[in-house]
Amino acid sequence: MLQIDDLQVKLGDKEILKHIDLELRPGETHILFGPNGSGKTSLLMTIMGYPQYRVTGGKIFFKGEDITHMPVDMRARLGIGMSYQRPPTINGVKTRQMIQICSKGNVDADALAEKVNFSEFLERDINAGFSGGEIKRSELLQLMAQCPDLLLFDEPESGVDLENISLIGNTISQLLQRDFKVNSKKTQKNRRKERTRMGLIITHTGFILDYVTADKGQVLYEGVLTCTSHPREIFTCISKVGYEECVRCAI
Amino acid sequence: MRDLEGKALQAKGKKAKLGRDIDLDAYGAESVSHDYMEDLDALSEGDKKRMILTGVDAGEMDRSGTYVQKDTAVIHAHSRHEGLEVIPIREALKESDWVKDYYWNLVAVDTDKYTARAQLELHDGYVIRALAGSKVIYPVQACMYLEKEGLSQNVHNIIVAEEGSELHIITGCATAPHLQRGLHIGVSEFYVKKNAKLSFTMIHYWAEEMMVRARSVGIVEEGGLFLNNYICMKPVKSLQMYPTTHLAGKGAVARFYSLLVGSPGSEMDVGGRIILKETDTRAEIISRAITNGGDIIVRGDLIGEVPGVKAHLECRGLILNKGSIHAIPELQGKVGGVELSHEAAVGRIAQEEILYLMSRGLSEDEATATIVRGFLSVDIPGLPPQLKAEINRAVEQSDKEMM
Repeated sequence: MLQIDDLQVKLGDKEILKHIDLELRPGETHILFGPNGSGKTSLLMTIMGYPQYRVTGGKIFFKGEDITHMPVDMRARLGIGMSYQRPPTINGVKTRQMIQICSKGNVDADALAEKVNFSEFLERDINAGFSGGEIKRSELLQLMAQCPDLLLFDEPESGVDLENISLIGNTISQLLQRDFKVNSKKTQKNRRKERTRMGLIITHTGFILDYVTADKGQVLYEGVLTCTSHPREIFTCISKVGYEECVRCAI
Repeated sequence: MRDLEGKALQAKGKKAKLGRDIDLDAYGAESVSHDYMEDLDALSEGDKKRMILTGVDAGEMDRSGTYVQKDTAVIHAHSRHEGLEVIPIREALKESDWVKDYYWNLVAVDTDKYTARAQLELHDGYVIRALAGSKVIYPVQACMYLEKEGLSQNVHNIIVAEEGSELHIITGCATAPHLQRGLHIGVSEFYVKKNAKLSFTMIHYWAEEMMVRARSVGIVEEGGLFLNNYICMKPVKSLQMYPTTHLAGKGAVARFYSLLVGSPGSEMDVGGRIILKETDTRAEIISRAITNGGDIIVRGDLIGEVPGVKAHLECRGLILNKGSIHAIPELQGKVGGVELSHEAAVGRIAQEEILYLMSRGLSEDEATATIVRGFLSVDIPGLPPQLKAEINRAVEQSDKEMM
């Protein structure tokens, strides 16, 4: 379980997250909405432990441990993983090597890469000259190798062409144990009950909702979580009346 | 006969243009005798270990020939391949007339006090030649080993890839484990004839009080290819070299790659100059420098003298926490129709890259090591797999010790 209590965060001198409370139970996935600059990415980066996001108040608990000031690598080892929107290029470090790092050498990189149609990128330097869609597939591939219990997705569908959107969507669905299988041994209901993975997904376009089911939608507006509801409802509401509506709730 | 001796005498006190001045009298030059070894297996385990770090394998696995010099004495020299010659230079100068025309032909004997000394007090060196048309696929290995404390080892090497031949050389310079102080002066002249291919990979493994001055010049004829790789990842007091290559035939190609790691107290001044003198010639100089306390100067100079030539210079430097890197890239286009470019960057490891790797489960140290290894893992095209393996090993070895 991820539990965030009264979290306040500064980036430089600017207060970017204000008194955030959020709870993600095992098996739950939440969708995070909000206009540009509202603090969505900052929230994910803070959960992942990026030191420039300075926690000035409140606490973050994961699996019962206080991780508020835990370094990034320890959080990763505890089971938190992130799909970045603009990950850095690392010269000389190949995609294949990243898969080995993520899985501690425990997966077959070739087989895994085939699943996201990424085989031809295995010998390329990670993120070097990757297109928007290639970055997403590379990020998903790394998460597949890492197998975290809490998955943070920063706009997984941005920059992805139509051809790949279903591949990305379905892969996220599988990662979050939310795919539906025909003729599976267990009933779909049991599969749902046994679901353990948690997800927090930032979306702008809402396209991801066509592929991934979610339990809750949340709106982040100017660093404040203003609204919690069914994700489809929030998405439709924003589509119709825009984020201006959020101003009224943020006051 | 050219008056080499006279010219050398005149240049005896001539300071070099680059690098700190070295007092040559502070180093001995008297010969140190070591017995010739038919079988290199008789070397001590310590020596073998040291040599293997520079890619020189006493067991001669997958090697076409071997030359080993200890201090001033040649202890082994032989070829295992038809069409390949590996001969100590003093012997070659006595017995083969052709060698005299190649000796001090590209490097001027009166360049500075170091070349002068290599003439006046020559301690051998090698002549390695691939005869016309012969393909020497397995590398030839050559080792300059320094064991005597305070010695100045002065060597002269001549490398010839005759027309249509292919030759790969891995040469290691190393010091015995106990040695601290010494001077190595190395003169090298490279001849790559028409349509020949030569790769020359030099790995240095020095000691903390070692001074090194290398003087080398190469010439590549029509259709020839010269790959020159240099790796130095160990401490050295002062190292200065600026190898030059003339692309003197149509379509000739030269590529220089260097990997440098500067430790605290080390001074490195390493350059590369390629002069493109004929149409369709191509050149590339790529260097990677990392310092964790040493001062590194990386120079590069591309000179385009005729239209229709193309060359690129790339130097990247990484300062881990202390030390300095000074990149000096130069491009000289002397006529229209040349295409010369360069990119240079000096910086530190991006925090963003470290955190990215940490979020995949690596500790901060592991992440840093991974980035450093990636930085140094330059793909060098055209090298046989044995040489690639040696270079990878040198890189692995270095970051193990640096971190």
